[in-house]
Amino acid sequence: MANIPDELKYSAEHEWVDGDPTVGTVVTVGITAHAAEALGDIVYAEPPSVGDTVTAGEVCGELESTKAVSELYSPVTGTVTEINEALESAPESINTDAYGEGWIFKVELSAAPQDLLGPEAYSALTD
Amino acid sequence: MTTLRSPLHDEHVALDATLVDFAGWQMPVRYSGDIAEHQAVRTGAGLFDLSHMGELSVRGADAADFLDYALAGRVSAVKLWGAKYTMLCNEAGGVIDDLVIYRRDWDHFFIVANASNKDRVVAELRDRIGSYDATVEDVSAEIALIAVQGPLSAKITGAMCDLGEDDIEAMKYYSGANVLLEGGIHAFVARTGYTGEDGFELFVGSDEARDVWQLALEHGTPEGMIPAGLSSRDSLRLEAGMPLYGQELDESTTPFEAGLGRIIAFGTETNPRGDFVGREALAKVKESGIAKQLVGLVGTGRRSARTGYAVTDEAGNQVGVVTSGVPSPTLGQPIAMAYVPVSMAEPGTVVGIDVRGRREEMTVTALPFYKREK
Repeated sequence: MANIPDELKYSAEHEWVDGDPTVGTVVTVGITAHAAEALGDIVYAEPPSVGDTVTAGEVCGELESTKAVSELYSPVTGTVTEINEALESAPESINTDAYGEGWIFKVELSAAPQDLLGPEAYSALTD
Repeated sequence: MTTLRSPLHDEHVALDATLVDFAGWQMPVRYSGDIAEHQAVRTGAGLFDLSHMGELSVRGADAADFLDYALAGRVSAVKLWGAKYTMLCNEAGGVIDDLVIYRRDWDHFFIVANASNKDRVVAELRDRIGSYDATVEDVSAEIALIAVQGPLSAKITGAMCDLGEDDIEAMKYYSGANVLLEGGIHAFVARTGYTGEDGFELFVGSDEARDVWQLALEHGTPEGMIPAGLSSRDSLRLEAGMPLYGQELDESTTPFEAGLGRIIAFGTETNPRGDFVGREALAKVKESGIAKQLVGLVGTGRRSARTGYAVTDEAGNQVGVVTSGVPSPTLGQPIAMAYVPVSMAEPGTVVGIDVRGRREEMTVTALPFYKREK
């Protein structure tokens, strides 16, 4: 069973969001351990750029594994304030530590997230 | 259609494998991780369940002559216990399936077909029997295929044997033997594979598959062998420049375009060959040449070309198509195979690939991308 931390929120596209979901706060975004496992070994991550505006439910980057390419969706709406530069040389962190070292980008929210799921609802999606 | 399960299904579940639907079967795509599994096969050993593959038994007094007529290669020239890579072509010379064929007796050939094509291969072969004294039997359901692949595979496979251990070590590449595994299990073992490494394929009864899998793990685990899934099998075969049916090969493609013209035996003046299905069309292609050609591509960027992506010229016009692509674990850069016009097939030619709307450049390179040291 894939690891789904209680303290995070989730999107139906298998991203996680860490932080207070109110306008003006900065939240951290990554993909879930379940998604990372389904993708296989990630060899290249292309996050959005700092300063980009991202919109909940829209594509903002891509993740490439040995097996496939997957689009990266933003689970929230706002402006990208930081990306995880370490993924450039160590994209495998997404597989080995999806909720820690494998974080992908940070967003300053310009709208309150609408459709995020709690851990139980997300868990139901992955069964 | 119901999804078929390998006799090793419970083993895969116990190993927490990620299972996917593949050619009507539920098969393990990975266990621990694609790259670790890939590297294990390159440096030590990997254990594969290939029970989805189709197996056919062709017997009869005319079995060799029949297969000479039905297939592109000259099967009658295969020595006893020898193996041969060949193809089943249609009248137009297109590839219905690529096959490995083993001679297990003078009048008995054992054929391994792709899972997705197996029923078609059986039907086509039976259609071609005509007046030949031969039978084609589908034995896929009763046979499991377990492969031990990698530089340590001879040591591990040999250790699994009660009788025939010396045969394993001495076995030539592309040949096979009947051996007795520990526990009295009969196996047909062949030194063949689809990884670009030394390796062995063990054909055993489906009801004994779990015992053989456990036996392999028992002897292989101390050597660092790990179970490996279809994802690593795909990256391994691609590095080795081996075609995959449905990607590099299909019914509208001849062996010549796939760079495999050598597998077609037209015969020589001193050693003529009779008629075979597709001969006329293939002889014409040989005479007139090909328009498209399968090439290897290597990229310097990080985004890989994938199946179906357009190959473009300098002006951005599509001139070809990528058939397979992967970030190569061994080379550390993207590799791909693609069909391009013959004029662009020369090694060193730079082509564009439309990678999801952005142009990436790749360079035509001679296949294979990876060749093991012998």
